[in-house]
Amino acid sequence: MADPIHQFEIVNLVPLAKIGGTEFHFTNSALFMVVAVAITALLTVGATAGRQLVPGRMQAASEIVYDFVGNMIRSSAGEEGMRFFPLVFSLFCFVLIANVVGLVPFTFTVTSHIIVTASLALIVFFTVLIYGFYRHGFGFLRLFVPHGIPIYILPFVALIEVVSFLSRPISHSVRLFANMLAGHITLKVFAGFVAGLGSLGIVGWLGGALPLVMVIMLTALELLVAFLQAYVFTLLTCIYLNDALHPGH
Amino acid sequence: MAQNAHDQDEPATDEAALSARLRRLGDQLDNKRVDKRADPASAPQSGSGPSGFARGFQLSSELVAGVLVGAVIGWSLDYWLGISPWGMIVFVLVGFVAGVLNVMRSAGVWPRPGAGNRRD
Repeated sequence: MADPIHQFEIVNLVPLAKIGGTEFHFTNSALFMVVAVAITALLTVGATAGRQLVPGRMQAASEIVYDFVGNMIRSSAGEEGMRFFPLVFSLFCFVLIANVVGLVPFTFTVTSHIIVTASLALIVFFTVLIYGFYRHGFGFLRLFVPHGIPIYILPFVALIEVVSFLSRPISHSVRLFANMLAGHITLKVFAGFVAGLGSLGIVGWLGGALPLVMVIMLTALELLVAFLQAYVFTLLTCIYLNDALHPGH
Repeated sequence: MAQNAHDQDEPATDEAALSARLRRLGDQLDNKRVDKRADPASAPQSGSGPSGFARGFQLSSELVAGVLVGAVIGWSLDYWLGISPWGMIVFVLVGFVAGVLNVMRSAGVWPRPGAGNRRD
């Protein structure tokens, strides 16, 4: 039976450079990141190149995505949050396209590697940290001091809030990564059942039909998860950016 | 005829009452929406199968993240200050509390920091 983990293997494609003792390669992961960026660019820049008043299909699609992300930011971080629109929109498009591209057979799912999602989450984390301190100075530390807490347990509560804040990038990245990883492994395992049962002859074909139906349903589900996780990742980004804008409790 | 006059008389008061009710309802809805916004993120509809799985996974990852960060902080303090094992003991417990706080925030039973002044 096919190895369900094999799909996540990193393959070196083109050697790029050797710095110190470390070799840098253009890997399949990098290739599909480039693919995701290229598709995003094609869908946004390419589709809106015509700038018709009455949008065509592609232009309408990219306008819907723009509105969707814009509304998400406005509703969770307020009008001020729109200054982060480029960051949030890029994150949403990258994650969404990478997730969806990963569903195509024989492709590589960039977001199923925690190093990728952790980097994205850390970008958000440091954006919040740096912008928060830049904007509010030490007033940003109010984020860790809830209202109406008696002074004698305040240090303890603040400590807990700090640890909670530091744990954000972990849960932020693990959520996306684990959903993609688990989904793709499940898909592969059920697909393996189809092939395994199919080799048993006529009875096996009948048995193999069941996991085949399952795989079809799982594929649809994975498409939903791909969208949902991109949405959740972006929404959490907005909520965290809101803290940078309005740190007070 | 009398019936007709009655009908014409009624709408004015009816409409006033209706608009008042609509306004009240709108206010209530707004309050509900504010609450919803204060509530987190995802909160996918509670339901069967995979979305429930995703939610469970999300909540558990929140808890584990808190404990993990606490453990890392505690271990580093032990390492740097040579106060082993006290840093680990204290900060794993703090991390556990932070993890529970994360879970409560993620589940929407506790407001996020800054949730109150989102719409300045």
